[in-house]
Amino acid sequence: MVPAIEIRGADKHYGSLHALKAVDLTVDSGDFFALLGPNGAGKTTLINLLSGLSRPDGGILKVMGHDVVRDYLQARRNLGVVPQELVFDPFFTVRETLKIQSGYFGLRKNDEWIDDLLHNLQLSDKAEANMRALSGGMKRRVLIAQALVHRPPVIVLDEPTAGVDVALRQSLWKFIQRLNREGHTILLTTHYLEEAETLCRRVAILRQGQIVADDTTENLLQSSASGKLEDVFVALMQDEDELAEP
Amino acid sequence: MHGFRTLFFKEVLRFWKVSFQTVLAPLVSTLLYLLVFAQVMADHAEIYPGVSYAAFLIPGLVMMSMLQNAFANSSSSLVQSKVTGNIVFVLLAPLSPGEFYGAYVLASMVRGVLVGLVVFLAAWAFVEIPVREPLWAVVFGLLATILSGTLGVLAGIWAEKFDQMAVWQNFVILPLTFLSGAFYTLHSLPSFWAGLSRFNPFFYAIDGFRYGFLGNGDVSPWQSLLIVGGTCFALSWTTLALLRKGWRLRT
Ligand SMILES: Nc1ncnc2c1ncn2[C@@H]1O[C@H](COP(=O)(O)OP(=O)(O)O)[C@@H](O)[C@H]1O
Ligand SMILES: [Mg+2]
Repeated sequence: MVPAIEIRGADKHYGSLHALKAVDLTVDSGDFFALLGPNGAGKTTLINLLSGLSRPDGGILKVMGHDVVRDYLQARRNLGVVPQELVFDPFFTVRETLKIQSGYFGLRKNDEWIDDLLHNLQLSDKAEANMRALSGGMKRRVLIAQALVHRPPVIVLDEPTAGVDVALRQSLWKFIQRLNREGHTILLTTHYLEEAETLCRRVAILRQGQIVADDTTENLLQSSASGKLEDVFVALMQDEDELAEP
Repeated sequence: MHGFRTLFFKEVLRFWKVSFQTVLAPLVSTLLYLLVFAQVMADHAEIYPGVSYAAFLIPGLVMMSMLQNAFANSSSSLVQSKVTGNIVFVLLAPLSPGEFYGAYVLASMVRGVLVGLVVFLAAWAFVEIPVREPLWAVVFGLLATILSGTLGVLAGIWAEKFDQMAVWQNFVILPLTFLSGAFYTLHSLPSFWAGLSRFNPFFYAIDGFRYGFLGNGDVSPWQSLLIVGGTCFALSWTTLALLRKGWRLRT
C-alpha cells in the first residue's frame, strides 16, 4: 500500500540556518504518528514543506503518493493541515469560514458534513458567531474543522492542544482518535509527551533538523529503563549536547 | 473551477461587507473633487469645443476612482491576509496560480467598476455628460481595472506589512493617478511633465476612457488600447510567473 506520507531527503535552509537536514520519514496509511522535538527543531518547517506553505531546497515529499511540488493539486486534496498559529479571517462567521474552505476544495454542497463537524467539535451554538467573537480554544477547534472540510485521508495537526484546557483536550483527542479509527492517517506534533505516549502508535523525534529516533512507541518505551517517553526524549537531547558541533 | 469561484466570491463579499468604506467613501471623496474643481474651473476655457470642464473632468475622475479602488481591493486583501496569517487557508487549498490570480483580479474589477459606476451615476445627476463611444469606455474601464487589480496583487504579494503597502500607495499609485491627465489635458502641461505623462499607462487609460464619452482625446484610442493592453499583458505575465515560483508567499 502507498504510504500516507513519504519524505526522502527533505532539505531546507533559511539563510545560514540549516533548518532541515536530509530528513527521511514514512508514515503508513492509517497510522497515528507523533512528530516530537524541542522548540525550533524543525517540526513546523517539515509540515510546511508537506503542505506547500514552503518550498523544499532538496528532496522529495509525497502525500498519498502525490508529489507535493509537481502534483500539488492532488497532494493538497489528500491533506488537511491544522496550523500551529491561531489564524482566522475576521470578516466571516464560523459557518461562512467552513463553507468558503469547502468551496476552495471544490465542494459545493457540504452542509451536512459541516454540521457534523460543528457538532463533534462542540461548536454548533457558535456557527453564526463571527470568528472575532470566539475564545482561543474555539478558534483552535474551527481550525480543526477547516482542515477536515474536504475529509482528507491524511490529517496533520501542529500542536493542536497548545493553550487548550484539560477537559477540552480530552474531547479533542477522542475526536481525533475516532477519525483515526475511521481510517484517517494522523500526524501530530505536541509538547505533551504523555499525550504522544498514550495516543500514538509511532513516534519520530526531530533534533536540530535531523531525525534522531523513529520507531513504534512500544519499542521506544522499552529502550528506556523507566519506560517513560519523557526519559527517552531527554536522553536523546543529552546526546545532542555531546555531539554538538564546535 | 469551483475553487476559483469561491475565492472570487469571498473577495467580493469581503469588500461588500464593509461597503461603507469601500464604495461609499470613495464616492463621497470623488464627488468632493468634482464639486471643488468644477467650481474653480467653471470659467476655464473649453478644452474641447462644446464640452464643459465638468463634462471633461468627470470621465477622468471616474477612471481615477476605478484605478484606485481596483488597486486597493487586491492589495489590501492580500496584505491583511498576510499580516493576520489567514492567507494560509488559500495557500493550503488546491488552487492553481492562475485561479489565485484570476480571483483576486476579478474581485478588484468588480469593486473598481462598481465604484466607477456609482460615481458616474451620481455625477450624471448634476452634469450633462455625452456618451459618444460607449464601447471604448467599456473596454478601457475593464482593461484599466485589470491593470490596477494586477498591480494590487503584485504589491500585495510583495508587501509584508501595512507600511510597505503605504509606500506603494504614496510613491506608485498616487503619482500615477495624479500625473495621468485626470484633471487636465496634456497640452496644458509644461513640456517636461507632458513628456513624463507619456510614460504613464494610467494616462492612456484615462485618455481612452474619456474618448468613450467625449469622442475626443489627446491621443488616438487605438494607441491607448495598445499601450494599456500591452501593460496589462506584461504585468499579468510577471505576476503569474512570480505566483508560480511562490515568490514571497511560499517561503
Ligand atoms: N520563515 C522563516 N525564516 C527564517 N527562519 C525560520 C523560518 N521558519 C522557521 N525558521 C527557523 O527554523 C527553525 C525551525 O523552526 P520550526 O520548524 O518552527 O520549529 P518547531 O516547529 O520544531 O518549533 C527555527 O530555528 C526557526 O527559527
Ligand atoms: Mg512548530
